[in-house]
Amino acid sequence: MPEKRNLICINCPVGCLIEVTLDGDTINSIKGYQCKRGLEYARAECTNPVRTVTSTVRVKDGILPVAPVKTEKPIPKRLIRDCMKEINRCCVQAPVKIGDVIVENLLGTGVNIVATGNVPEAHGKNGS
Amino acid sequence: MKEVDLVVIGGGPAGMAAAVKAKEKGVQDVLILERENSLGGILNQCIHNGFGLHYFGEELTGLEYAARFIDKVHRMNIPYCLETMVLNIGSDKTVTAVNSTEGVFTIKAKSIILAMGCRERTRGALNIPGTRPSGIYTAGTAQKYVNIYGYMPGKSVVILGSGDIGLIMARRLTLEGAEVKMVCELLPYSSGLTRNIVQCLDDYNIPLKLNHTVVAVHGKERLEGVTVAEVDQNRKPIPETAEFVPCDTLLLSVGLIPENELSRDAGIELDPVTSGPVVDARMETSVEGIFACGNVAHVHDLVDNVSNESELAGESAAEYILGINVPDRSETIVVKAGNGIRYTVPQLIRKQSLSRDTVKIFFRVADVYRNVRLAARCGNNILVERKRIKVTPGEMETLELKSQDLREINAGEELVIELRTDGEGH
Amino acid sequence: MYDVVVVGAGVTGAFIARELSKYRLSILVIDKESDVAMGTSKANSAIVHAGYDAVPGTLKALLNIRGNKMMKRISEELDVSFKMTGSLVVCFSKDGIFELEELKIRGFKNGVEDLEIIGADRLREMEPNISPNAVVALYAPSAGIICPYELTLHAMENAVENGAELKLECELSGISYDREVFRLETTKGVIECRYLVNAAGLYSDTVAEMAGDHSFRINPRKGEYVLLDKIYGSFVNRVIFQLPTDKGKGVLVTPTVDGNLLVGPNAEDIDDKTDTSTTSRGLSEVINVARLSVPSLDTRGIITSFAGLRATGSTGDFIIGPSPVNNKLIHAAGIESPGLTAAPAIGEMVADVLKKNGLKLEDKPDYCPYIEKYTPSRKMSESQWNEAVKKDPAHGRIVCRCEKITEADIVASIRRTIGARNVDAVKRRTRAGMGRCQGGFCSPRVVEILSKELGIPFEEVTKSGGKSVFLLKKTK
Repeated sequence: MPEKRNLICINCPVGCLIEVTLDGDTINSIKGYQCKRGLEYARAECTNPVRTVTSTVRVKDGILPVAPVKTEKPIPKRLIRDCMKEINRCCVQAPVKIGDVIVENLLGTGVNIVATGNVPEAHGKNGS
Repeated sequence: MKEVDLVVIGGGPAGMAAAVKAKEKGVQDVLILERENSLGGILNQCIHNGFGLHYFGEELTGLEYAARFIDKVHRMNIPYCLETMVLNIGSDKTVTAVNSTEGVFTIKAKSIILAMGCRERTRGALNIPGTRPSGIYTAGTAQKYVNIYGYMPGKSVVILGSGDIGLIMARRLTLEGAEVKMVCELLPYSSGLTRNIVQCLDDYNIPLKLNHTVVAVHGKERLEGVTVAEVDQNRKPIPETAEFVPCDTLLLSVGLIPENELSRDAGIELDPVTSGPVVDARMETSVEGIFACGNVAHVHDLVDNVSNESELAGESAAEYILGINVPDRSETIVVKAGNGIRYTVPQLIRKQSLSRDTVKIFFRVADVYRNVRLAARCGNNILVERKRIKVTPGEMETLELKSQDLREINAGEELVIELRTDGEGH
Repeated sequence: MYDVVVVGAGVTGAFIARELSKYRLSILVIDKESDVAMGTSKANSAIVHAGYDAVPGTLKALLNIRGNKMMKRISEELDVSFKMTGSLVVCFSKDGIFELEELKIRGFKNGVEDLEIIGADRLREMEPNISPNAVVALYAPSAGIICPYELTLHAMENAVENGAELKLECELSGISYDREVFRLETTKGVIECRYLVNAAGLYSDTVAEMAGDHSFRINPRKGEYVLLDKIYGSFVNRVIFQLPTDKGKGVLVTPTVDGNLLVGPNAEDIDDKTDTSTTSRGLSEVINVARLSVPSLDTRGIITSFAGLRATGSTGDFIIGPSPVNNKLIHAAGIESPGLTAAPAIGEMVADVLKKNGLKLEDKPDYCPYIEKYTPSRKMSESQWNEAVKKDPAHGRIVCRCEKITEADIVASIRRTIGARNVDAVKRRTRAGMGRCQGGFCSPRVVEILSKELGIPFEEVTKSGGKSVFLLKKTK
């Protein structure tokens, strides 16, 4: 049973409306793109859509309560929710430095979650 | 009074790029004044990715983009003062500022670069009627609460305005567990990037309601809901379409305004359309030796463009300080926003400053157009023309002109940037 | 047991309390809101009226003139921003001169002796942005502009510093009177007193009814306003009125003491005393009518809009005096315009009424009419500011960039006699968040400072009390 999917190409302001017909995981046809990038985009979106996830993780003893993080590479779109669960579970000890690996091999994807900003240690924190 | 060659007001992406370039071009004595407690400006709360594709050729988050420039500032030993608020700029290029270590102090500068950025339009500016409860935030303020303070502003959200910050916040709040009910856009098109509409709204099934606006705010203490209505072609709400949408949070992403209070007080001429200073092709304002770049000059959609523009301002300030290529200011070509064009930057070109091979004119179109040509024209002479399948007001356009062509234009003549449709004569 | 309880911490209640604090009395002021000046005193035209408008012989006329004459001294004692700018009533037809003459005569009868009718040339010289259709105007040099919450807050603080007590978030729900004692049921428990002053503004009829007095009604009359950016602050130099109507003094255009431009109000009789919502109809009415006076008014300069409710009394005049059912219950009700101007005079009059009804007023030798002056960082000279930064670096940290309000100013507003307890209260005391970005940049910092100073978590900091929280919970 062929399925039709409509996409908007994100590569440039033209925003081509692309129609893809799929039979399960097999692409039957791709129509409506005006350049090669549109074709590639449609193909990727229908077979293996990926996204970079950015968020924050909790920080202990930092000058800020959270530190910014991202998936080092795009991950499959269907894993976004689970990725957020992993991120929300994390708590890292200050100082956090840009590039620090926060989660290794996220959900078996081979992609790490890394810090994208610095959170220095707070001075004069309680009990110190 | 302390004397400094170049004072850069603002340590965001514009200020840092300008300062770094000026130092590279030989200005020894550069000082950045920044009002926040770290360099980086608004990028410090932009934890999302999509920055740097043009400038660095790789995709970075906002903070990572800022970090690259902060590193440059450090490597080049450019001094900066944090938590330092500039109170006043004199037209004699004195800068008065205050901070908690030095108190109030005045610096005499040979040149100043304005890089104060912009602020968000508020509910007041839109004059949305109704009550005045808590729960109404500009998208950027909400972004700061979520990304820096680590707090959620609310749990059910309506977003007014489909600018990029609003779209980014729709995804951000959704990922953090809030329900984003809709994004309303007054216009028939979004000013945000297509990429953001797809990846921030469509990915999460958040409806984008074009031709819709918020016509009333409800709730006495905390926001309880908003009335949303469709608008007609004249952007007037259609009463029959009014619908109450319960929510505890309303985010406004309805435009940015360059912060030019200091510029105005210094007597710098402002462009009523950009709300930024009128600048020449070297980013010099109407006051000799004062330059402007980044969102203080006009609101950009890509930080990469901010960096490029600011490097130009930094280089021009360096030339001014070092006495290289300083133009006679009397001979100018006026750059005019013609048919279909909202504004241009620069607004004028000084004939004697055409030392580089080309001059780039940045501009925005007034509406969405398809299959048009963008042209630079002087009289009947078309200097440059570029075809576009689609142009939108949300994406800044550029035309690059050859200096040798510009030299042909007489001072006082107009260079018109315009939109041409096929079949149209001269 | 208090000698006097004043219900209502608006400008009227504040000046009554201040007046009474001159004497050896135990005084308590109660208000249901989380701050002083939360009703009509918060949202009005902020005008000190000259006094030509009220009908001669009325309390409005009498107390307006007296209040106007007191205001300069009061503003010095209480360190309140006040400018005697003068006002103009402009007319767009030559026939208008007859109505202006009438106003001038009325003013003369009321005791406003310096009124002047001026022609088009002089008018344009004084106000370059006035409409070309304006041909004649009534000039009242003794009108002025003032900051209404500063006036209320400082008057109340002065009363408190002289011994009066203030209980906020204390709502009155019942009054009984037995053996010369009022028993007040409130959300903060039972309070007893010998004299009760009703300065409850919009709710003063409800308070009267609790005591069995049905002699008057208060009808809310909404007025909507728009406020423009400071770059428009000198668009006009004086308060610009049009000819008054039976619903009031009409839409005015005025500079504010802080340098903004204020436009409004319209007038709409409504039923709901809590309805301070603005409407698109009301706001466009205000702008359209104002443009008759100043056609070049630029609406792009609007930074906020708001609505206030006038406490219009059913008698047409201020209702000041003992209740017909109990002469120990004194009303100060129906205080609509010119109530802000009249407030200090109302304070004096209420003290006098109390005295006439048996309250002994014995001078307190240590009474001090002056409030402790706080100079915000931005208003200091450079050398003062530098000294201040040396003593407290918070004077060098600007939190509100639009209005140049420092961290020290904000901390001081929380620590003052009647300290700010929420973000709007900080805003009214310091102006942080009053500027063109409307708190976009500074409100997170203000929330942070309030949290620290009050020792409460972020999610308990409110915009204006009650459930008006800013933040829900931590993201993680």
